[in-house]
Amino acid sequence: MSRLKEANLKIAKEIIARYPRQKSALIPLLHLAQEQDGYITREAMVHLAELVGVTSAEVYGTATFYGMFRFEPIGRYLVNICGTMSCALMGSEELMHHAEKRLGIKAGGTTPDGMFTLAHAECQAACTEAPCLQVNYRYRLRVTPADLDILIDNLEAGKLSDEIPAHGVLAKVRQHIPVARAVGAIAPELVTQGPVWLDGKAAL
Amino acid sequence: MNAIYAHAPGFVAGDRPKIVTSRFEYLDSYTLERYLATDGYKGLRSALSRPATEIHEEVKSATVLGRGGAGFPAGIKWGLTPQQVWPRYLVVNGDESEPGTYKDRLLMECDPHQLIEGCLIACYAVGLSQCFLYIRGEMVLAQERVAMALNEAYIAGYVGKNILGSKFSVDIILHWGAGAYVVGEETALIESLEGNRGMPRLKPPFFPAANGLYGQPTIVNNVETLANLPWLMCHGVAAYTQIGSKTSPGTRMVAVSGHVKRPGVYEIVNGTTTFRDLIYGDEFCGGVRNDNKLKAFVPGGGSAPWFTPDQLDLPFEASQVGPAGSMLGSGAVIVMDETTDIPAAALTLTHFYAHESCGKCTPCREGTTWLERILRRIVDGNGTDADIQQLLEVGAMISPGDFPHAANEKLGLTAVPFPYKMTTICFVGPSAFVPVHSALTLFRSEFEARVTKRVTIPVTAVGVGS
Ligand SMILES: Cc1cc2nc3c(=O)[nH]c(=O)nc-3n(C[C@H](O)[C@H](O)[C@H](O)COP(=O)(O)O)c2cc1C
Ligand code: SF4
Ligand code: FES
Repeated sequence: MSRLKEANLKIAKEIIARYPRQKSALIPLLHLAQEQDGYITREAMVHLAELVGVTSAEVYGTATFYGMFRFEPIGRYLVNICGTMSCALMGSEELMHHAEKRLGIKAGGTTPDGMFTLAHAECQAACTEAPCLQVNYRYRLRVTPADLDILIDNLEAGKLSDEIPAHGVLAKVRQHIPVARAVGAIAPELVTQGPVWLDGKAAL
Repeated sequence: MNAIYAHAPGFVAGDRPKIVTSRFEYLDSYTLERYLATDGYKGLRSALSRPATEIHEEVKSATVLGRGGAGFPAGIKWGLTPQQVWPRYLVVNGDESEPGTYKDRLLMECDPHQLIEGCLIACYAVGLSQCFLYIRGEMVLAQERVAMALNEAYIAGYVGKNILGSKFSVDIILHWGAGAYVVGEETALIESLEGNRGMPRLKPPFFPAANGLYGQPTIVNNVETLANLPWLMCHGVAAYTQIGSKTSPGTRMVAVSGHVKRPGVYEIVNGTTTFRDLIYGDEFCGGVRNDNKLKAFVPGGGSAPWFTPDQLDLPFEASQVGPAGSMLGSGAVIVMDETTDIPAAALTLTHFYAHESCGKCTPCREGTTWLERILRRIVDGNGTDADIQQLLEVGAMISPGDFPHAANEKLGLTAVPFPYKMTTICFVGPSAFVPVHSALTLFRSEFEARVTKRVTIPVTAVGVGS
């Protein structure tokens, strides 16, 4: 059940075909598995290993290096509060304490109803808009404790479900390369000549 | 004049020359339609109408400095690819995660076509036959905007086979990460792109330009670096070098965060704009919040040694900031006012680097952990005076010898120039020591006030029972 479903398998094959070596597709494919199930299951890792032609141990090795991948179910909404310097200077610690009180959990925990997981995050590249947070990697900037309360209220009431899908879903727009326009990926050892446009003449 | 564009959060426009942010004022700046209406893909057309080697020469003579951290000139890096080894790849570094840095995400969200056009120009000039655009995993909107832009550009004939009907063909593949700061280091980025754990490779002997992705020559360039190329192609080298200084031409994007009145991302004139302009200037941050006194600032991202008000008049010029004891890094200034708890501020950065250590080398894996633990002990009020010495000793195992710091008139310090020696593969290990060392060198009394005198445990020389 946790192997990639038909529709995702199709996407996976399109992604794999873009790389000169199949293993390069691994991180995008792990995201696809996490999008399907909310976390990465063992069955999914076995399936991905088959798809890119490596062992499932190699898939596990890669997956466990990266902080965004989860191997157990977490809350529907992952609330990542940035705690790095710029945010800390602007009060992220107080924001975290407030979030802990409001949700009744400690950083790293999940609410009993499975709605929220709260986590301490590192710099989110929004430092001028501190303190900031991400809910399932969607930004909220210059967040006050009152803003956070409203955000939680809205998430609980399901008012933001269009903007913020369940944990695991990243970009809603995917790259799609039309077959007629693609150059195509070639294994490096099959390339023996330099590109045609390097012939000393202008291309146009 | 100082408009803040709500759709480009944090970006503050001004009357300065704009090379990479000229389209930020438009709500639909990320669409192909707007791009084409504002000189979009003109630079590519101009490049393709000349031989590739000529384009490479132009980028070289314009001295387009890398904006990812090291500031290495792009044209020279491109020239380091070995002759007649094929294929060669372009890997775009959109992994922006250095503490304080916020610019590449804006460029990807607000003007993705400009980045795509820059990638194409680089591929054309150096003969790179495939491009991988690696976007940080946590940046969903950037991934969506770049995907949308690529989809449009493919259909319109700007990317893919026979671009603009010419013999130039290249695929741009959108790739995205999954949360790991160290993957921003170029060799780790390549490992990650190969589907592996993102651990840096040892260099030298092999630099990516000679031996990178799949063992092939690979150019790794930062998003902002590449975003400069369309403008350069449209307006020419003379116009580009007219802005900024001789050794640091053009503009650069700088994020100023922390205790200033108007934190934001500014496109500044490179080489001549000073830190004082940036922090106090009316067209920039307008001073420290509540008109408080400035205590210290980080001049170039979390990895850069700290400056104090003594260094405010230094310009954004590597040849001056390096000898002064720090680096310009990734264009990130973090400002601390007089109310800042210095040991606690240093801890946020040391924690960051300790957390992000990939674990490949022992001095970093162990050393950063100990730096964090000891510093936390001091910040929590449980430290002793021996801990201060211990911090410096652990740091010396990661970076032996003199460590860079700024000059300070009050403390009678003369600057130790950047860079430092290191026992690690990449800069993550030393970066964890940077905030500790800067804070301890410039504000030692704050640490001393926090710790208690160590009482030695009494040892009796006489054996028990004798
Ligand atoms: C630990 C570490 C993290 C880095 N992170 C980034 C990053 O997030 N983005 C980036 O462009 N360069 C980063 N760099 C610099 C890259 O290794 C590389 O120098 C840069 O991408 C080259 O592009 P440029 O020449 O266009 O600046 C990092 C370097 C180190 C050592
Ligand atoms: S210095 Fe740290 S992050 Fe860099 S390779 Fe060594 S262990 Fe990994
Ligand atoms: S420090 Fe919080 S976003 Fe950079």
